[in-house]
Amino acid sequence: MSRNLDAMDVDDLAVGAWIIGTGGGGSPYLNHLNMQQIAATGRQFELVDPEELDDEAQVAVVSTMGAPLVMQERLQDARDVARVVELMGEYLGAPFDAVMATEIGGSNAFQPLMAAAHLGLPIVDADAMGRAYPEAQMTSFAIGGLQPWPLALVDPRGVEAIITNVPTWKWMERASRALTIELGSMAATCKAPRSGAEVKRWGVSNSMSFAIKLGARVREARAAHEDPVAAICDATEGRVLFTGKIVDVDRRTTGGFLRGTAKLSGLDDYAGHNVELDFQNEWLVARLADEAIATVPHLICLLDATSGEAIGTETARYGQRVALIGISAPPLFSSPAGLEYVSPRAMGYDLEPVDPCP
Amino acid sequence: MRRIGIDVGGTNTDGVLLEGERVVETIKTPTTDDVLGGIRTVLDGIPHHDIGAVVIGTTQFTNAVVQRSGLNQVGFLRIGLPAGRSLPPLVGWPSDLAEVVRGETLMVRGGIEYDGRPFEQLDEQAVIEAANRFADHGDNAIVVAGGFSPVDTRQEDRAAEIIIEHHPEAQVTVSHRLGQLGLLERENAAGLNACLLKLAQSVISAFASAIDQLGFGSHTRLFLTQNNGTLLQVEEAVKYPVLTFASGPTNSMRGAAALGGVSDGLVVDVGGTTADFGALVSGYPRQANAAVEVGGVRTLFQLPDVLSIGLGGGSRIHSNPLRLGPDSVGQRLPNEALSFGGSVPTLTDAAIATGLLHIEGTSTPDLSNPGEVLECAATMIGEGADRMKLSAQKVPLIAVGGGAFAVPETMSGISEVIRPDYADTANAIGAALAEVSGTVDRVFRDIGHDAAVAEAIHIATEDAVTSGADPELVEVIEVEDLPLAYLPGDARRVRARVVGPLK
Repeated sequence: MSRNLDAMDVDDLAVGAWIIGTGGGGSPYLNHLNMQQIAATGRQFELVDPEELDDEAQVAVVSTMGAPLVMQERLQDARDVARVVELMGEYLGAPFDAVMATEIGGSNAFQPLMAAAHLGLPIVDADAMGRAYPEAQMTSFAIGGLQPWPLALVDPRGVEAIITNVPTWKWMERASRALTIELGSMAATCKAPRSGAEVKRWGVSNSMSFAIKLGARVREARAAHEDPVAAICDATEGRVLFTGKIVDVDRRTTGGFLRGTAKLSGLDDYAGHNVELDFQNEWLVARLADEAIATVPHLICLLDATSGEAIGTETARYGQRVALIGISAPPLFSSPAGLEYVSPRAMGYDLEPVDPCP
Repeated sequence: MRRIGIDVGGTNTDGVLLEGERVVETIKTPTTDDVLGGIRTVLDGIPHHDIGAVVIGTTQFTNAVVQRSGLNQVGFLRIGLPAGRSLPPLVGWPSDLAEVVRGETLMVRGGIEYDGRPFEQLDEQAVIEAANRFADHGDNAIVVAGGFSPVDTRQEDRAAEIIIEHHPEAQVTVSHRLGQLGLLERENAAGLNACLLKLAQSVISAFASAIDQLGFGSHTRLFLTQNNGTLLQVEEAVKYPVLTFASGPTNSMRGAAALGGVSDGLVVDVGGTTADFGALVSGYPRQANAAVEVGGVRTLFQLPDVLSIGLGGGSRIHSNPLRLGPDSVGQRLPNEALSFGGSVPTLTDAAIATGLLHIEGTSTPDLSNPGEVLECAATMIGEGADRMKLSAQKVPLIAVGGGAFAVPETMSGISEVIRPDYADTANAIGAALAEVSGTVDRVFRDIGHDAAVAEAIHIATEDAVTSGADPELVEVIEVEDLPLAYLPGDARRVRARVVGPLK
């Protein structure tokens, strides 16, 4: 069923997308601000259920690649996101029927809205991750073995590129990442276009409306002075794994990723226990006394214990009081084909995946 | 060297005379509407000979922003096109404040990359046109903010030069001078600074002339204190009044640290309405490192990490179930509290009823459960202290403020509770003890952790020495090294802060 997104939905999306960003994906603050300017003019966005797409419909898949710090200094204009969709349309020789997100977690959740704001296209209520992941090939489309090319890439200075062919999804990540880095580590991209049939078969359906609903639940819980963390668990069918405070954060970069470990010391029911959280841009593995209690592909979210606001791997700091929650990933990502891309082993951990909510 | 410290608070103006770290004299007087009257009263009461420095901590500039009063109009120049067009200057400001401040908001081509390459060359012709528009519009306070300007400051400096050349009345705030990474937040900080320039000029020259008129010699230097607890020279304060934001809580914690003889531990300042907890690291307040809103504007100011709970000497006692605050009689305690003949049962009344507190001219109030009330307050304070602590290790707690009687002698996780003398003027003592600082926040590339940190400390030290610190005694207070995700090679953002005593 199609519906319109208004200014409040835009605000709720910012909160929900940041939570299921699982610590990464970049803060939605700036993209949210961009869309608030547009929503404040009364502009609405049309959100369509993937089931309503024609099998032959052409869907643009958008995200901005780069470093969150660069995004904070080179403020992105929504027109760049619109331009990369146009560029891909020009290359394909046919305009798109709709636009969707690659990554619903974090700032990229707003990318289809930014394109739609200038192109007037409907937004598909789906993405290809159901959260944020550190690398561009970690998508349901890659797991489905869909074609990884072509990819369009745009920089505000007028640099425009099409990667016309690659042998694998991993090569697409490497080639587009290299271009992005040369452009100052930020570029708007339009990934391999998808047919309506492909989106229905392989997309993570209704993830955008889910993120909006999650944000709305947090807003309502705060307004009613109820516990936002409980509301988040309720909305996501997740559960609280630990409550405590952050006592140490160790960050390092290797291979262009922010990696490290955050240590939590337990409070309340968890007093006397400690949790270690490993991250590579996103929270990947949670260990209680050396035993993994949650791992990728499942969602590990670190929240401010009082406000329920998500805490990112870049902003976690000593002394914050936190609730750690775990949410099961969509079944596709824990299937054997999915685990090839997003298991703990795919990210360098000698661990079996652990579902926090079996 | 003898120093005078003055803290201008909302209610009282406090002054102290220090000789080294020894308190010679303290004075408390009501803050006057013009602020200056209170300062004069304090200075009049302190011997004037042999004073090396007068240091003033004031909340006037913060209050001006919060109350939207006394602010001037600001013209904004953003350097960054063709990026950022959809997020112009003043985006995200509360509309009432933006209306007061908004002059011309212009954007020109330019900007820097994270690694120091130009994003685009600065469009100097467009800057000239902007300068003319600012002049035509009557915008004299100008903000110049460019992408990644902390990495390479030259485009912002060049734009400022051009603006002054074409609009000689202009006074330019360049964002890198207030600079952390995060363009909007940095530009916002520069905007808050620019809208205070007129007020700063009148307030600070009034401070200076008060010092002159009262007959301090030319050897007496005047300083303000800034948010990180260090000194701001008058010449700088006139240009960067925004740096005085939130110096109050910082001074209070610095003073408490000195009085309590503790450099690492917790501080609680229990006032009439709230109890404010802070943590001391090497004698300085631990800083919050998230985005901080001032008057509704998002900035990245380094402000002390303070936890406030609604508990103070004037907190009202609620019964069934027993609860304290957050409502408080505050300054009206001497009129409204039970023991003073009023009708409101407060925490102070409970302390008087149990005999913990003796205040002349009060009667013992009739309360059914004063002991339970004090236990309730002790529990709240214990929880606040626990929340500010970072490790299970026991730490000392310094209790200051008029409501410090509510802090219990023993608490879990606290090694000892210290109640220093002169605790009610801790903020003025903190101002008097302020030192000179130097800071840097920059991206370093391909030189490794050790070299990047060493370079950052070197830059910060030069900054401190330029501002008057004794190069022999400069100490590193804080170094943070944040490797940058998704940037190639070894890119890291290093933030360093050093301090040293005035030479």
